[in-house]
Amino acid sequence: MRPVSSWGRLSADQHEVVALGDPTKTPSIVSSTHPPGLAHGMGRSYGDVGLNPNGVLWLTTGLDHFISFDDHTGRLICEAGVLLRDIQKLAISRDWILPVTPGTQMVTVGGAIANDVHGKNHHVLGSFGDHVQHIQLVRTDGQMIECGPQLRPDWFAATVGGLGLTGVITQAQIQLRPISGPWLKVQTIPFANLDEFFHLADDSEADWEHTVSWIDCLSTAGRGLFMRANPTDAGQRPEPISRKRTMPFTPPVSLVNHLSLRPFNLAYYYLKKSQASSTIEHYESFFYPLDNLLEWNRMYGPKGFFQYQSVVPRELGQHAVDAMLKEITRSGDGSFLATLKTFGNRQSIGMLSFPQPGVTLALDFPNQGGRTHRLFENLDAIVREAGGRIYLAKDARMPRDLFEAGYPRLSEFLTYRDPGISSGLSRRLMGS
Amino acid sequence: MNTNKKIVIIGATSAIAEHCARLWMKEQPIDLILVGRDLGRLERVAADLQVRSPLSQIQILQAEFFDPIAIQNTVDGIVKQGQVDIAMIAHGSLPEQSDCQSNLCACSEALQINGVSPVLYAEAFAKHMAQANLGTLAIIGSVAGDRGRKSNYVYGAAKGLITRYAQGLQHRFAGTGVKVVLIKPGPTDTPMTASFKAKGMKMASPMAVAKTIVKGINQGRTEIYAPPLWKWIMLIIIHLPKFLFNKMDI
Repeated sequence: MRPVSSWGRLSADQHEVVALGDPTKTPSIVSSTHPPGLAHGMGRSYGDVGLNPNGVLWLTTGLDHFISFDDHTGRLICEAGVLLRDIQKLAISRDWILPVTPGTQMVTVGGAIANDVHGKNHHVLGSFGDHVQHIQLVRTDGQMIECGPQLRPDWFAATVGGLGLTGVITQAQIQLRPISGPWLKVQTIPFANLDEFFHLADDSEADWEHTVSWIDCLSTAGRGLFMRANPTDAGQRPEPISRKRTMPFTPPVSLVNHLSLRPFNLAYYYLKKSQASSTIEHYESFFYPLDNLLEWNRMYGPKGFFQYQSVVPRELGQHAVDAMLKEITRSGDGSFLATLKTFGNRQSIGMLSFPQPGVTLALDFPNQGGRTHRLFENLDAIVREAGGRIYLAKDARMPRDLFEAGYPRLSEFLTYRDPGISSGLSRRLMGS
Repeated sequence: MNTNKKIVIIGATSAIAEHCARLWMKEQPIDLILVGRDLGRLERVAADLQVRSPLSQIQILQAEFFDPIAIQNTVDGIVKQGQVDIAMIAHGSLPEQSDCQSNLCACSEALQINGVSPVLYAEAFAKHMAQANLGTLAIIGSVAGDRGRKSNYVYGAAKGLITRYAQGLQHRFAGTGVKVVLIKPGPTDTPMTASFKAKGMKMASPMAVAKTIVKGINQGRTEIYAPPLWKWIMLIIIHLPKFLFNKMDI
């Protein structure tokens, strides 16, 4: 047994970690586990979706082999422990790229599917599960299930975004997309309030593939920086040298606090505003800005941090985001890592997938105990009223009723659950 | 005429060796022969490497690891296909020390697979490389071979055998075109050390270890500790006087 934490570092509960490494042995390991277990990849989710306190974790990072890649069709088959980083490296060298990627490439394919992750180009290409053609799943009763959009589509819809609760994903087939190089043309446009943000978002939808905004969570008006990007053929350019730095230790208090946040946000906004223009960026720095600062989550101190990410439907979106920002500014809490983005008008495949048409706000909050929870309760009320929902991959504390209200396909999903699999999140929100 | 580097890995399902192969293939396409006991596991490794390096020629060979005549035949067959540039001897298996103490058969098997077998393969390649006066023989030993410790001395003894053997081979080939490299990894996060990992022991990643190895071979080094820090750790451990060492629970 050893302590395992998720990215939010809110807990370090004991887990029995069993490393999976030989695909032929996975079914027998999974079916012989007592008590319930859970697959665990790189531990980049924030709350308890990837934790099974006092239970078994099947570590999937050893299932890191590619199985085949057809560079005419862009179809990749790989084991579920392969990292998105390694897929990108392989793909880019052959003029392909992952169609959808989250903000970090240090996650496993299994994790990306189980959380149906999304990226900055949701309105064009949807979420990760939209590009998965086949999943191989191992159940704790020894069954192996193969599923895809046309093959047992109900199992597919349960497993995409299924939080690892339908079985252990062992293999997947992904459709990559062709690309002419690793470069993107990026425009950064400051906005002074939410009205301007929504105008920018609507204007950008037709011509720009990637959009995301940084928002100053301490500004009541909601000022921020809107970033939009398109892949571009920038010819032969030297690749940037990636310099990895590590947050060397956990500071005794969170570096993100009342004293640091306001000046930082001010400085960042005005700095970027003065630089606002068009630039050419490498995909690694545009998609994965934080991956070069290893263990950046330590900066929140020993108590860890929460991420609150919600999506609210567009009609009430502006009003709801406005209300949430006011609530957050009032509290003085928050973090400079605050993003705002509009999702495309498309439904997600997975029964418990997060993206839905509307606008999503994501913020980190250093863990300050009761005060943080009270803020979240206020934010919950706004989300609930707007008919929105919270992203399970980030959640550590949402109340059960908000979960049930936000995920109407829950009861359909439950029939696909593997009784031998359970997580901290499933016990908290589904009772087992 | 194929000008690819020819690399042979004995014990190709070793995680360290596999990551070395990934690095070699990154530099340029190679001709690779993967030798092991388990065909299924070899196929898995070969498929992955082929995806990473579609222009490389990859062959898998299921072979024997104990019988010297079978070993000689395997190596002869490999060399017949073409001169070998790098032969990496990477096989091994970490036994439970307590098993070795209670069961002499387990003890014998551990000594055979970790000590005698690698030496036999190396000696078989050495013969061919001597004739061609060309080639690099990279043998994976272990820091465990630097000093016997109660927690793993049977494994350590086998790896110590490799150390002594490599020393002699280096003496034999000094000043010739044949290079002998002794690799001593510290504890590395691989399937072999899964039980250490379960206890929460921090170990080096196979990629980091492989990077050190490939760099060291390129530089023409004769002894490579991976990660390099282990050279200094073992220097201290080797020189600890008995009265101190005997008090340690390692």
